Formats: sequence, structure tokens, C-alpha cells
Amino acid sequence: MSVLSKSERGPAAVGLLIAVLLALFLLIPVLKVIYVAFLDANTGELTLINFKDFFASSLFRESFYNSLYVAAMSVVFATLIALPLAYFTTRFNFSGAIIIQTLGIIPLIMPPFVGAVAMKLLFGSNGSVNLLLEEYFGINIPFMEGLNGVILVESIHYFPFILINLSAALVNIDRSMEESAQNLGSHGFRMFRRIVFPLAMPGFLAGAALVFIKVFDDLGTPLLLDVNKMLAPQAYLRITSIGISDPMGYVISVILIAFSLLSLYVSLMAMKGKDYATAQKGGGGLSKRDLKPHEKVATYALVLFILAVVLSPHLGLLLLSFGTVWSFAVLPDAYTFAHYVKVASEASQYISNTLLYAGIAALFDVILGTAIAYIVFRTKLTGRKWLDYGATMALAVPGVVLGIGYLRTFYTIDVPFVDQPLATWWVIIVIALTVRRLPYALRSCVAAIQQVSPMLEEAAENLGATKGRTVMRIVVPLMSGGILAGFVTSFATASVELSATIMLVSRESDAPLAFGIYEFMQSASGRGPGAALGMIAVVLVGLGTYFSHKIIERTEKSRSSTRPVNEEAEA
Amino acid sequence: MKILTSCPKLMIGALIAALVLPFGVACAVDGTLTIVTSYPPDTTTTFKKAFEKKYPGVKVEMLKKKTTAGIKYLQETSSNNKSDMFWASAPDAFEVLKGDNLLVKYDVKVKGIPEKVGSFPVNDPDGYYKGFAASGYGIMWNTRYLKAKKLPVATEWAQLKNPIYHGHVGMSAPSRSGTTHLTVETLIQGMGWDKGWAEWKAIGGNFKTITARSFGVPDGVNSGQFGLGIVIDFFGLSSKASGFPVDYAYPKLTTLVPANIAIVKNAPNAKAAAAFIEFLMSTQGQELLLDPKIRRLPVNPATYAKAPEGFPNPFKDSSIGAAVKFDLGLSKSRYNVVNSLFDVMITYRIDELRAAVKAVQDAKAAMAGKSNADAAKLIAEAEALISKMPISEAKASEKDFASIFKKKRKKATTKITGRQAEVEGGWDNMVKANYAKAVELANKAKSML
Repeated sequence: MSVLSKSERGPAAVGLLIAVLLALFLLIPVLKVIYVAFLDANTGELTLINFKDFFASSLFRESFYNSLYVAAMSVVFATLIALPLAYFTTRFNFSGAIIIQTLGIIPLIMPPFVGAVAMKLLFGSNGSVNLLLEEYFGINIPFMEGLNGVILVESIHYFPFILINLSAALVNIDRSMEESAQNLGSHGFRMFRRIVFPLAMPGFLAGAALVFIKVFDDLGTPLLLDVNKMLAPQAYLRITSIGISDPMGYVISVILIAFSLLSLYVSLMAMKGKDYATAQKGGGGLSKRDLKPHEKVATYALVLFILAVVLSPHLGLLLLSFGTVWSFAVLPDAYTFAHYVKVASEASQYISNTLLYAGIAALFDVILGTAIAYIVFRTKLTGRKWLDYGATMALAVPGVVLGIGYLRTFYTIDVPFVDQPLATWWVIIVIALTVRRLPYALRSCVAAIQQVSPMLEEAAENLGATKGRTVMRIVVPLMSGGILAGFVTSFATASVELSATIMLVSRESDAPLAFGIYEFMQSASGRGPGAALGMIAVVLVGLGTYFSHKIIERTEKSRSSTRPVNEEAEA
Repeated sequence: MKILTSCPKLMIGALIAALVLPFGVACAVDGTLTIVTSYPPDTTTTFKKAFEKKYPGVKVEMLKKKTTAGIKYLQETSSNNKSDMFWASAPDAFEVLKGDNLLVKYDVKVKGIPEKVGSFPVNDPDGYYKGFAASGYGIMWNTRYLKAKKLPVATEWAQLKNPIYHGHVGMSAPSRSGTTHLTVETLIQGMGWDKGWAEWKAIGGNFKTITARSFGVPDGVNSGQFGLGIVIDFFGLSSKASGFPVDYAYPKLTTLVPANIAIVKNAPNAKAAAAFIEFLMSTQGQELLLDPKIRRLPVNPATYAKAPEGFPNPFKDSSIGAAVKFDLGLSKSRYNVVNSLFDVMITYRIDELRAAVKAVQDAKAAMAGKSNADAAKLIAEAEALISKMPISEAKASEKDFASIFKKKRKKATTKITGRQAEVEGGWDNMVKANYAKAVELANKAKSML
């Protein structure tokens, strides 16, 4: 340690602490899972035989292919939804652009499996839409049959990742590029195809890679739609019905991680190009123009249609939460408030648990995120980049894998005074949420620190402030917008998380909202209350997100920062 | 049998305490009672509230696990057990736990509960687990759905094979749900290994879906995703009580089995656990079962006096659940093998199975009223291919073979040859090829007509 200058000792200690935490709660549990995949279950020797069994089984090969197909098709459909929304709202003077952008983000704050329940009632083979189609046209469209259903639900749920990144990229495009193209005679769709879209490519790829990873790893949606010939459900089914010692679940986990890392790598490579694009920034974004009246009608029709599709799970959930009996009918038989009354009296602990868990997790996320961002961009510590990589790696670890890893690693460790294994203590849920949402908060913090000029810190230090004081009084306040944005993203997504928590919740009194909804939906009389709980979750998280955005906007304005809109959401 | 050795100590302790504290503080029931259960919140919350009201010192914690996951959980946590009770439907799940020496004996003090319900003993003859309610397996259907699709009601398993039900039936996988496992095993025991499996495949060919959760079936019928579902009675009865346009019936070939509760070995709070069992069996506990959200058949015949009209009473209606004598030992010996066979042949190959069964159904429809010996032979061959089993009944119960499917070995030195994934891969290849060949033969037969 003597080689470090005095001012670097503090950051080095913090960095070391973060590295230890990441190793303990991310690396070791994941490595434990990977290790089992290479063990012979009978003899305990290291072997590749499990991978041989995996690829020799046509069931697993088909699951593998189906997962790739679903993930790829979801990216395609998510793009079809996101591209028009992003393009029209950033390219034209379009009233209500902000509403569209906000509404477009709402699907993210609903657990995808809840969306799946509602979508089944609306689009299933005997759902509202098909019942109407059958009555009037005598046709039945298999929207929700097999893999179609998974693709539909996933693309509606995850398209905001593409929308956010693509919008940010479009806003950041140098206007001079567009003007040059126009001067050279390019316009309309050709200009979009040859100039605008390629320039927005890094943003698009970042979003697309995220959608790919999320869909590839998602467990709840295929499980609720009874699609089991996919990798994540196979891993879950193997481990829960055959046992935690069956090697196949672990082999599948390794494959899930490998593919997620690969797509993350591809997107990181693409993001490298983005630095180049913004380095020679001339004017602020594409020029906006007015739409001609007939264009306006067509555009509004298209945007409204997309919004109707995107918000259909919320509509379905709303109907379900107020409906009495909804069975083989276009709409529920009658409407009632009873479900909300029941939820208010019986399920308040789910809501308070969620606020507590997601709140603590998001708080830790921004603290860790700020610390990592500071160490990476403001110090010269060796290996500092690895903190960033390590934390970002959490993106590539499916929730199920992290859950299994925690069970394996921490079941034998008893928490002093509480007298129970760490793996069944509620704190483990908070830790899992913190680790899983850290990448989101980290990206926001990184974006924020890059916009704080180091000169301000130097000025403070020249005036005699210590390093710690500078960080607390100068850096953190200047980063506050980005930190808050990171908090919101982490909080909103953590409060609807199910895949890791479903493995870790061991007591009903510790269960968070998403788990509570899942539990409610397991009995005939619980469907309505489950939907009511889902609506409360959407409204709560939605309001939280909205007000945080308001606060961010206000602090932004008061600092008259030039930070581009939506950069926080590059997670 | 640790409990046997510790029992006298406990009694002496209680005796001393009773002498020192004449007001019987030693009998006070308090602390946290942790119950591993597969039941939905409607059931658990109702009993939790009533029990906590009766014993204000006790806090009941319900650990929700699917039956199969609950078994795994108790097996894997046995070295450091924190659970007091296991509360679930399927008796074979309790047999597995008993076999692994994870339960303790208990004698119920409440009187008035008969020895048998249907042809099944209410309590474990060895005294480890106790039946508190009876459950049978049957068929539920959505009346609106059947009316709209102009389908008749089916009340027997064999009727579900009828081609008119193609794509209208739903079921859960036995590996996912202990109750479904029991249904599958009942039919196989009732009809014999080969015939029973052939029946399941023929019914499976009409499946719309195989749900990953056992509640997925009543959920699908309630919302009208499919018309008929193979479910445990209380799913059907409670759905009906919740107002859904559904109904439920017991087929002749069903087992009426007790839903059970047992105290886990080394339970941290065995005293509260005993109190909970007594509460379940008491008049108050038995009457809670009739709650519209629960709707289970009580094991105390006197409770039926308070039941609503039309509620099935197995103590009066002797036709329910009397046809099969369910062999628990046999079920236990092949528990995991049966789960795995069902998944490989039906759950994960549902598309292929559906196609094969449909092709045979179509060929048979074309055959109706005609006589063509060659076509009939091809159809028979196709049916034989669909029904063909990868292993015999004897093999399924063979100790060495079944142990490939049992992951938890008693001793590290136990030698096992073969890996589950390897065996399943072999079955899968055979089954997939047979289904494809069956389609080919059936289509050929159809083209000849």
C-alpha cells in the first residue's frame, strides 16, 4: 500500500471493499453454480459428460434453439414497436411526445408474468379478441399459442429498453450530418436508412442486446404461459422437480451465462463507436419538422395503435382487478371494489416489504455506483476498470442462477443472533436485488460523473478541501441528477423482480409484491385480488418514477446542465 | 428415532415443571410454528388466523412450496432443520419423507374420525402422518365453454380420449404437482402398467396444454382457455364456490386419499405442531374445511351435517373412490421414474404426441363404416407405436434403476451407474421416432381409404 499516494488510500480501501462484496455476492455464487456443471453427479469428479448429455438430448437442443428464436424474434418485434415511437417523437414536432415517451416506459414497471396473465385473457385462443373475431369473422388467430405468446409478451414488456436507448441516440446525432446529407440530395426514407439509423446504431444495439439478454433469461413469462421447452424454464423445472443436485440445471445455467456475456460483449463493442459519434458534436440533435396534415393523421393512427397494443396488459389487469367473474367472455360479468378491499386488508405486508427491499437495494446501488464511477474516472488505481466490468457482469447472470447460487453458497452459513441460514433470511433478497440492479444504477452514475468537470474538484482541493470533503460537497451534489435517475431505474425494476426472489423467499411474511401477486394468482378466488395488487404496484411504481423524473428535471434546470435527455437510461 | 430417546426426558421435564408450577405453564404453546405447505393462501390464511386466535402465543409461518419442491426442501435442509410441519395433499409425498426418516410419529387425541375414507386408511398405519381431509381426483369443466363449442360433459377418464375433445383438455405434469402424480399413478395401478400409460397418452393427445403449476389447470378452465381439466376436487369445488361457471365430477376410477399433515423430525417447536394437528382434527378445524374458498372433504363424518347442498359425502356415497385399492408402496418405489416417464413421453413431447394421436383419430374417422384390413392393420400399428413404453413395469421399480432418478444418496459410497439425463435422452429419442412413425402410418392408412 505504500506505493499509493495519500489521497488514493481512501478510494483504494473503498474499491477493495466493493471488490470483496462483488466477489462474495456475485462471483463466488455464480462460480459455484458453474463448478457443479462440470462435476460428475455420481463420482464427484470433474468431467465434461454433463455437456455431452445436454447436447445429446434432442429436448435440450430444441429448448436451446427455441430460446434463441424467442429472444431474436422478441428483438425484432420490440424494434417494430420502438422504432416508430422513437423516430416520430424525436424527428417531428409532435404534440404529446412526452406522454408517448412516458407511456412507452410503463410496461417496464409491471412484472412480465402479470402481463402474461392479462394478455392471455385478452389475446388467448378463447380470449376477448379471438371471441370477437370468431363471432364476427369466424377466425381465430393464435397470438398466444406456444412460442408466439412468449414473443408477444416479452416484446411488449421489454421494448422500452430499445425505445430509451434509441431515442437518446437519435437526440445525440449531430445535426450537421443530416444537413450534409440533405445538401447532397438525400432525403426521406433513404436518408433515414443510410444516415440517421446507422448513426443511431450504437444506441439501438445497446437496447437490442439488453432485450435479447432479458428475454433469453426470463423465467416467469414462459412458465406462466406453460411453455417449458426453453432453457430458463428447463433449468428451473430440473432444479425444482428433480433436485438441486441434478447437473442439467447447472449446465443450462452455464449456457445462459455464456450467451448473455456474448451479447453484452457485442453491445459493448458497438458502444465504443458511440464515443466517436458524439466526439465531433456540432448542433443539438436532429432538426425537427412539422408534419403535413395527412401525414399527421397516419402518424397518430400508427402511434395510437402501438400504444393500444403496448398498454393492453394494463387494460386487461385493470378489468381483472375490478371484474367479478371473467370466464369465456369478452368482458367480466360484473364489476366490484371487493378485490381492492381484500388486498388492502390482507396484503399490505407485500407492499411494505417491496418498498423496503427495493428502497434499500436502490440506495446501496447508487452508493456503490457512485463509488465505482468515481474510482474508475477519478483515480489511477490498477484494475479499476475491473470493478466496472465486475458490476456490469451481473447483467449477464440470470435471476434463477443467482438464486440457486445463493442457496448453494449461503445455506450452511448461519446468521448470528437471528439463528437462521443467510440463504433464508430476508436480507438475502435485498442483496440479490442490489446485485441484479447495480448495473442500471452504475450506468447512470458513470454518465453523471463524465459530465462533472474535474477542474471543479481541483479548484476545491486547491482551496484546501480534503478528498473526502470534495467528494461529498462537490462531486456528489453535481452528480445528483444522475444518481437520482439511477435510483429510480433500480428501484422501479427491483420492485417488480421475481426470478431471483422466487428462489429465495422462504416465508410468506418476507415476500415482496411480485411474489405476493404470484401467490394470489394460485387460487380460484385469488385472481381478482392478485390483479388488484398488480394494479397497486403499477400505480405506486409509476408515481414514484414520475415524481423522481420531475425532481430530476427541476435540478437539471436549476443547474442548466447540458446533459442529454434520457442518458440515465442507458443501462 | 431420536424422538423416542428424547421423549422420556421431555416427559420428566414436563413432570418436574408441572410439580413446580401447579398451573400447568409447561403445557403453554407458544413461539413460532413453521409449516412447509403446498396450499394456496386462501387455505393457509384461514387456518393461520383461526389457530393464532386460539393460541395467541403462537405465530404461524407458512413456507409455500410445491409438494415436490417441499420434499426437496426438507431433504436438503434436514441437517439444519428449521421446519416444524409438512402439510400437503399427496400421501405418497409423505411416504417419501417417511422413507427418508424425516418425520416423527404422533398420536391424535381427538376422537370421532373413522379409520377409512373410501378404501384408503385415513392415517398412516405406521403413525407418522395424519389425514385431515379427503381428496379425490376428477374432471372439472367450464359450462359456458362446452355450450359454446357444443361439447357434452365428460365424467369418465375414457371419455376424454374421444376425438371431439381434441385440444379442449388441460392437465398439470406429475413432476410439478404431487396431486397430479397421484392421479397418474391411480390410473396406472387401476388399469395396469401398459394399458394405463396407453390411456394417458391417448388422453394426452387431446391436451390443449400441460400447465407448469397444478393451479394452472383450474385457472385455464375458469377463464375458458380450455374446456375441461383434470384436477383435484377442491380446485373444482372452490372455483364453483367462487362463482365461476364450472362444475366438477368424480370418475369411477379415482382414489379418495387423505390430505395429510405430519411433524418433521427435530422440529424446533414440536409442541405447537402437535397443537396444530389437534386443531385441524377438532370440530372447529374440520368445519373450516367447508369454507367456500377451501371446500375440502372433512374426515369427520359429523361435519357433513353443516355442508351445503350437493356437497359430496364419501361416508354416505360409497361410489366415490372405492374402485381402486391404491398401493402406496408400489407408488413410492417408482415415484421419480413415473414423473420422468410422463415428462419425457407427454409433457415435453406434447406437440408430437398431439400430432400422432390426431393422425390416428383422423384415420379412424375415415375408416368409419368401411372395412379395409390393410388400413386397419396400419392404424393398429400406429396405435401400438404411440403406446409403446421404453421400460417395463418391473424395470421401473427395480432398485438399482430407480436410484438413478434419486439424487439424494444415503451414503457417498453408494454406487450408481448411469445418469438421469442420459437415460431420459434415450427414451426421448425412441418416443420421438415412434410418434413420427405413427403419424406416417396413420396418414398412409387414411390415404388408402
